[in-house]
Amino acid sequence: MREKATTLYLGPQHPGITGNMMIKLKVEGDTVVKAQTHVGYLHRGFEKLMERRNWLQSFTIVCRICVPEPDPNELNYSRAVEEIEGREVPERAEWIRTLMMELSRLASYLLWFGGQNGSAGLYTMPQWSVGDRDYILDLFEELTGGRVYHMYIWPGGVRRDLPNGFTDRVLQTMDYLEKRLKQYDQLMFENTIFQRRAQGIGWIDPAKAVEWGVVGPPLRAAGFKSDVRIDDPYLIYDQLDFEVPTQQGSDVWARALVRRTEFQQSINMVRQIIDKMPGGPVYNKIPNPMKWTIPAGDAYVKAESARGEFGYYVVSDGSNKPRRVHVKGPAYVHGVTLLENILEGANISDVSFIMNSLGTCPPEIER
Amino acid sequence: MAFFDIKGLVTPFTALKQFGKAPHTVTFPYHKKETAQRYRGLHFNDLEVCIGCGNCSTICMNEAIDMVNLEQIEGKAGDSGLRPRVDNGRCCWCALCVEVCPTGSLNLTKDYIYVTPDADSFLWTPGVSNPEGKDNISFHSDVDTSLSMFDRVPMPELDGKERVKSFAETMLYYTEEAAREEASRCISCSLCTEVCPDHMHIPEYINAIAKGEDDDAIRIIYDNNPLGEMCGKVCTRRCEDVCALQVRGDAVAIRWLKEYAVGRAETAEMLKEIVNPDIQEPNGKKVGIVGAGPSGLTTAYYLALKGFDVTIYEANEYAGGMVMYGIPKYRLPMDSLNKQIDYMKSIGVKIKFNTKVGKDITFDEIYKEHDAVFVGIGFQKPYSIGIKGEDAQGAFPAVNLLFDVNSGKTPDMGNKVVVIGGGNVAIDGARVSRRLGAEVVIMYRRRVQDMPADWEEIEGAEHEGVEIMPQTIPVEIITDDNNKVKAIKYLKAEMVADDKGGRPRPVPIEGSETIMEVSSVIGAIGQEADYSFLPEEYRNSIEINRGRMVVNEQMQTANPKIFAGGDAVNRTADAISAIADGYRAVKAIEKFLMN
Repeated sequence: MREKATTLYLGPQHPGITGNMMIKLKVEGDTVVKAQTHVGYLHRGFEKLMERRNWLQSFTIVCRICVPEPDPNELNYSRAVEEIEGREVPERAEWIRTLMMELSRLASYLLWFGGQNGSAGLYTMPQWSVGDRDYILDLFEELTGGRVYHMYIWPGGVRRDLPNGFTDRVLQTMDYLEKRLKQYDQLMFENTIFQRRAQGIGWIDPAKAVEWGVVGPPLRAAGFKSDVRIDDPYLIYDQLDFEVPTQQGSDVWARALVRRTEFQQSINMVRQIIDKMPGGPVYNKIPNPMKWTIPAGDAYVKAESARGEFGYYVVSDGSNKPRRVHVKGPAYVHGVTLLENILEGANISDVSFIMNSLGTCPPEIER
Repeated sequence: MAFFDIKGLVTPFTALKQFGKAPHTVTFPYHKKETAQRYRGLHFNDLEVCIGCGNCSTICMNEAIDMVNLEQIEGKAGDSGLRPRVDNGRCCWCALCVEVCPTGSLNLTKDYIYVTPDADSFLWTPGVSNPEGKDNISFHSDVDTSLSMFDRVPMPELDGKERVKSFAETMLYYTEEAAREEASRCISCSLCTEVCPDHMHIPEYINAIAKGEDDDAIRIIYDNNPLGEMCGKVCTRRCEDVCALQVRGDAVAIRWLKEYAVGRAETAEMLKEIVNPDIQEPNGKKVGIVGAGPSGLTTAYYLALKGFDVTIYEANEYAGGMVMYGIPKYRLPMDSLNKQIDYMKSIGVKIKFNTKVGKDITFDEIYKEHDAVFVGIGFQKPYSIGIKGEDAQGAFPAVNLLFDVNSGKTPDMGNKVVVIGGGNVAIDGARVSRRLGAEVVIMYRRRVQDMPADWEEIEGAEHEGVEIMPQTIPVEIITDDNNKVKAIKYLKAEMVADDKGGRPRPVPIEGSETIMEVSSVIGAIGQEADYSFLPEEYRNSIEINRGRMVVNEQMQTANPKIFAGGDAVNRTADAISAIADGYRAVKAIEKFLMN
């Protein structure tokens, strides 16, 4: 006997995910037949807001586009503005920016560790990883003055130089995280429950991954060696020694392994950055922000965020405000179209789990 | 993988090893987290340092900052009297307000806990609501990190040695690029507008220059000042003294930007084309103006625009008054001034040159022929120095020297000149004498920092090799048998604090008497007005108090038909005040005649 289909509304709250979105599930038994995402809870209209803020005022709101990982927004916005204006960035600022990017990747992955396990009902991990994330937030606080929204990378460089003794504390935190990573392994990757929940679940067809616009860890877990840091090096990534990990499974498990390996890579990169960082100024001062105009032109810049390629398209008409800022984040593709695709046939209990494995970030989807 | 993977089931239990370990978390409220040195917490504003420029409020796109009046703060020159009030419900702690604060008074503190059941108290005034914040400052901006542009674009000048060879203009003035950059420093706080006697629209025209709209800038300047280029060269620029940027850096070069803008129009015709004023139909009313100085010219220009029939009576060959004859040509070239005056003539201002009122025409005639009269005669009669030997040959007032030189004469100064005084006229006299080939010494009673002259003028004089002798009191001019200046006797002075709290007074040091051989002595200790042209009946109909005509707020004297302005009325005795007087008189005359 065929079971009668029912409609289930999942969300808008989701464990381990920042922000709100809803998934309308058509289920037969406990199997999802059709999934439809409903966003609209978080639209703040940043792209439009920026059109009536001047170039500097816009810088303070871009970080809010993605709560768990604001720094790629700041970086992209700044790099786009610098590219249009032709503004030089001091070398040290580029290194500090890279340090920020990798620390932000670590913080973002720590939140993901929590979310991925939390959505599988494994609640120790969120307690640990979110707590450990705070040690990175402490570093951010010390460097930028803010824990979550840093507003630190701005056009021309970074706002302030590293405080005294900051690099030592970064290295201490890296040692601590490396030690903790072994404990995470015991709790997560060596855990039968997690293994059985993750393996073979949320499969993305590698043949269609590129066509669907999948980026970042999900794409690398499908066997593609794709990473903006390698393919199109920005900042000083070409001076760092690191590998792009790939997996073939293309399931939640493979994606988790990719992120796990990248976590270690980022720790190593932070150490390299601190080791090689040159001295010098950190900021090429902009003119008076109220009268700062940027020549007409446009620029597309991209960076590798923890969730994948993150692009900004900025257009200037020569005035003191952006004519248009378009944000192309990975979460829109992952959290809306891809999610709807791969949820078909999934078990209800795996929906949140799969959603987390894609790095869904509603505030970034809606902006 | 076997279904029952024993190891995989047991390993997670290693987490139990964490049991009993101290927590990572802070147990609030027993412990409070110590925030970082740079933490962006609640605001603190140093009320004494803040000047209420409102830049914090302008940059804040959350509209979290309002500028409000506080009981304990009174506005004064260079301080709007307003202070920022932050709505903590709107603030996002981006600290841009801190980055753009020109004075550095606004900071963020380490405090971050603010709990209240009263939503209204979210509006709080940094520095008033949290006086203890002073010891808790975390995120701040110093001169290096601030987004204010503290350094002025340098003004190109002729070299000091080159300058003394001729009367060529010493300032080379901004190029277009330099002017744009300098203009872009302005934060549009309008503190300057408040102190400008004429309340010129300073932020507006600077903004136009920054945007590359020079023609707009000229039109904005001409809205209430028809001698913009003159002011751009020689104004006393009180605006720059209160510029928000001068608290921690250099004031915006407001004067030179004005010069740049109006200087773009090279001829009177170009000026007319750009300003393109709306000239009203003649209204049949006639206004006579005594003196073609800044106040008279201003009155004439704006009255002419309003359709009045305006005639200026000027004693000299050229218009401009003290600006023409009292300011050396290396500061204000004649063709610059004439351009501005030719433009005025082109819109209908009539000037009768070489017509001295009281000699070539009586005041009575002017009074009867016109519906209203504006008197802008200025201060032309110099004060005497009041020491022995003042009537000697070779001792004369600075204004006479300037008049002669500006009229094309080259008086013989001898080889060593002493100038007595510390104002702009003294410096002008000294620098002119230097150009006439003499060695020059300025004697001033007080210290250099007490000199009322513009610091740039003092600096310019020093560059040209003028020696300044501060705390020096001349007592006698020694003459030879032909009553010609031979030497000057002077005393050194020490500064003694004033018991009444005034500025320190110079007191001669006994026995410090010295004699210096000189060829000329120039006195520059002030001027007064000459009312000899006014017949007794008119002098009695207006009130003259301590050498100045008394006027009401509309620049109207006790005789309702006579208006007055300029040095002969106001105490500040500078061109921009005269222009302001003229501008005010226009409105009053219009009201008087048209209502």
